[in-house]
Amino acid sequence: MASSEAGAGSDTDPRLLVLAPGDNIAVARSEIAAGTGLSVAGRRVTLQRALGFGHKIALRDIAAGEKIVKYGAPIGRATAAIALGAYVHNHNVASDYMPNTVAVEAAL
Amino acid sequence: MSEIAMRGWRRADGRKGIRNYVAVAYLVECAHHVSKEIAWPYRETGAHVIGFPGCYPNAYALKMMQRLCTHPNVGAVLLVSLGCEGFNKKLLERTIRESGRPVELLAIQDNGGTRSTIEKGRAWVEAQLKALSEQPTEPMAVSELVVGTICGGSDATSGLTANPAMGRAFDFLVQEKAATIFEETGELIGMEGWMAERAVTPELGQELKACVAKAARYYETLGYPSFAPGNADGGLTTIEEKSLGAYAKSGASPISGIIKPGDIPPRGGLYLLDVVPDGEVRFGFPNISDNAEIAELIACGSHVILFSTGRGSVVGSALAPVIKVCANPRTYARMADDMDVNAGRILEGTADLDTVGREIFDLVKQVGAGAATKSEGLGHQEFILTYKSFEPIGPACLPAVA
Repeated sequence: MASSEAGAGSDTDPRLLVLAPGDNIAVARSEIAAGTGLSVAGRRVTLQRALGFGHKIALRDIAAGEKIVKYGAPIGRATAAIALGAYVHNHNVASDYMPNTVAVEAAL
Repeated sequence: MSEIAMRGWRRADGRKGIRNYVAVAYLVECAHHVSKEIAWPYRETGAHVIGFPGCYPNAYALKMMQRLCTHPNVGAVLLVSLGCEGFNKKLLERTIRESGRPVELLAIQDNGGTRSTIEKGRAWVEAQLKALSEQPTEPMAVSELVVGTICGGSDATSGLTANPAMGRAFDFLVQEKAATIFEETGELIGMEGWMAERAVTPELGQELKACVAKAARYYETLGYPSFAPGNADGGLTTIEEKSLGAYAKSGASPISGIIKPGDIPPRGGLYLLDVVPDGEVRFGFPNISDNAEIAELIACGSHVILFSTGRGSVVGSALAPVIKVCANPRTYARMADDMDVNAGRILEGTADLDTVGREIFDLVKQVGAGAATKSEGLGHQEFILTYKSFEPIGPACLPAVA
């Protein structure tokens, strides 16, 4: 496993944890309120919704069908285009192995 | 760091126990109440209730009970039968007797019913506990330990802190020739390719892949993977994402073999416990809750269980101490009384993976030297065993033995 500092570039807000170089998502180290402005991969974004501790946002634009990569490993695929800075969860990501078991509504 | 001196009770099979308990085992749910009543006055002094609730016999449950009743942490066993259930109680009794342990079989129907069976059972347990308290211990090495690992109540922190830290502790244990066991094949889906590369032989690698494929098929048939709403609330999106975190518990050692519930690792190293039944889907979910997996790890000889939790599980277990490694610093702050290790410090940047891994390793040895875990101190002795069916492991599963 990579160290928790791996890939955390200075162009991404320290409240976000980038787990490995090449990941296309980052994880919130603590809850971040809706409307907060953040640096993400050098771009300025405003959170559209609160980001819960441990939840994920996109580090770059991700096309529909593309793999979501965390810790260097694919954890599923995008079911719609995901913009840099957008929330990444079971409303826009599907497992390659099994249908998500939690209703999309529950995550929103 | 000064060396921690573990001591154990030597059993006739050569294994050593780090506890010296009397197991009170019900052989059907109808004998559960009587068993609980028998053990209750001695619950803090070494009596633990285990059992199988079903009336219909089951080969897996019999093997589990045989292994649990002859576990190195068990010094004596009281079997409590209603009298008419299908469990092969004579065979279980003989297995225990042949292991050199005192054993008594009380059938409620033959002993005057509830009240008098409780009285007879308590008298027997009390006498056994007194005898066990006089048994001597011997020095015990890390290489004589079997340690299992599980995660429960996972969230997004589990895979970031506690699981990789427990993986590090597993690496330290394997370096000192302990046997370590990881499981949850249903939570390794998507990791099988990486896992196969760590196998000590290519044939074992194929078996590892087949093992995960079996789990995937099984859960698909059930229409429900091992993924709970709480996992999604905590930020985990897919089974693969959860798997990635769960996989980290195995550390970085080579994988020495695959075992099934009740198989005891033949020597030190890292083993995968295949908990998913063989054959057609029968009897429902493979593991209906965390304690079903803990019971299987203990049946494989685990002396201690490392349990990682993010959301905050509180369970312990009958027969073997459970060390709770808390992944989430907020959960730790809320539930510190239930947690043995705060791995959330990794997320806060106040400790690294190696430090926490070493802390877990040292705690295993302290618990082996007699220190109580948090769940032990709080009296947790959960136990559950349900129906399953297994084929024996194939020849490629334990390559070093062949």
